[in-house]
Amino acid sequence: MGYTLNFNLIWRHFDKLWGGLLLSLELAVISIAIGIVIGLLLAVWYVSAGRAVRTVIAAYVEFIRNVPLILLVYLVFYGLPTVVDIAYSAQTSFIATLSLYSGAYLVEVFRSGLEAVPRGQLDAGKAIGLTPWQRLVHVRLPTMLRITLPALSNTFLSLFKDTSVASVISVPELTYGAQWINFNTFRIVEVYLVVTAMYLLTGYALLYALRLVERRFRAAH
Amino acid sequence: MSIAPPANLALLDISDVSKSFGSVEVLRSVSLQVTRGEVVTVIGPSGSGKTTLLRCVNFLESYDSGSIRIDGKEVGFRDTGTRQRRSERDLAKMRAETGMVFQSFNLFPHLTAAGNIMLGLRKVRGKSSTEARAIAEHWLGRVGLAHKADSLPAELSGGQQQRVGIARAVAMEPKILLLDEITSALDPELVGEVLEVVRSLAEDGMTMVMVTHEMAFARDASSRIVFMADGGVSAAGPPAEILGTEIDNERLRSFLARFRASHF
Repeated sequence: MGYTLNFNLIWRHFDKLWGGLLLSLELAVISIAIGIVIGLLLAVWYVSAGRAVRTVIAAYVEFIRNVPLILLVYLVFYGLPTVVDIAYSAQTSFIATLSLYSGAYLVEVFRSGLEAVPRGQLDAGKAIGLTPWQRLVHVRLPTMLRITLPALSNTFLSLFKDTSVASVISVPELTYGAQWINFNTFRIVEVYLVVTAMYLLTGYALLYALRLVERRFRAAH
Repeated sequence: MSIAPPANLALLDISDVSKSFGSVEVLRSVSLQVTRGEVVTVIGPSGSGKTTLLRCVNFLESYDSGSIRIDGKEVGFRDTGTRQRRSERDLAKMRAETGMVFQSFNLFPHLTAAGNIMLGLRKVRGKSSTEARAIAEHWLGRVGLAHKADSLPAELSGGQQQRVGIARAVAMEPKILLLDEITSALDPELVGEVLEVVRSLAEDGMTMVMVTHEMAFARDASSRIVFMADGGVSAAGPPAEILGTEIDNERLRSFLARFRASHF
């Protein structure tokens, strides 16, 4: 028995995939933006706080890192609204989840970046009379950013792939689009071939663009 | 009736300062007065507490007892007489009164040579960007780097970086300049250009305390040399006396003998 590849049905519904890809990118961008804010705030807090705060932040990081993303997605979308009285769309719920998820990874990235800033630079900042806040903003963060940029790119790239998990709560991103086409046309091989290619090409393009940004940053600094 | 002399002649008054790291006593009741315009060089074997002493002067290190005053004001602790640490904001203000140049330069890697100098001028001294730039260019000219204003530290040689480090410190118009082994990390051929800058600052009357292993420079440029050993001041006096052969101090003699043996 022969299976003949037929992509016609895929192209007919390509708008589902294209729209899905754009939504995947949107989910990744919004989540990493919120994740960066979470990560930065907690990392700065972590390096300057006492043991109690550190323990709480570490607990958050370890919890997120040790629970599969798909479970977190279920917990936030199905679990949370049954416990507390809130309502949100699947998309909002997923963005919240992915933000908390990337935030936890970025706390670690930023924390180690902050700790990698050479002591001497901080001494130099003190010696010219900068206040702790000025030392953070003008000395520590710029150097930390330079150190952490590659890790930040990698985190963004894996977040982009992780957006596929949103399909389990019917957020119409790329993987969900693929499932939809599969259910309606049964062209399973074709659709997943096309979607794989789309993830791959987008991922490559992102990586390339981010490496360019990194290089520019390094040159400018 | 006589006119009382100023209560505090010394610009820098280190009095009876002691400090331990754990069970190791790194400073043992060190006292040292530096008057305006003086260049005091601190020499001594490694581990004798020279760098720690210098870092206590701008409170990069705290100390366990004694007092350090600049222009009569306690550096790290509140004026109330209790040993209560100043607030971070106050400490920042006090530190702006001293300048420090580091062994490993410690330039801010993301800022240009001019940017390194301008940061403190803008954020601490409140200068406008134009003013700060003008001051930065003036000092870069003084250290012979006018053409490097827009270079990043990574694009500069060690000697050039250290001259930027000096410019960054003096541009703040500190009352006193602290130099911590500023030529130790440099290739020998780059030492001269840095010392030349220090010499010209000394001629301008800048008050300086420096830790160095450059004995020839210490002899020529200092008004006084302090020899530290085991965390205490073991000998102090004019260069000719301290580096001379007449000195009656066994530790200093053996230090100098070892030093000469390894350097000539």
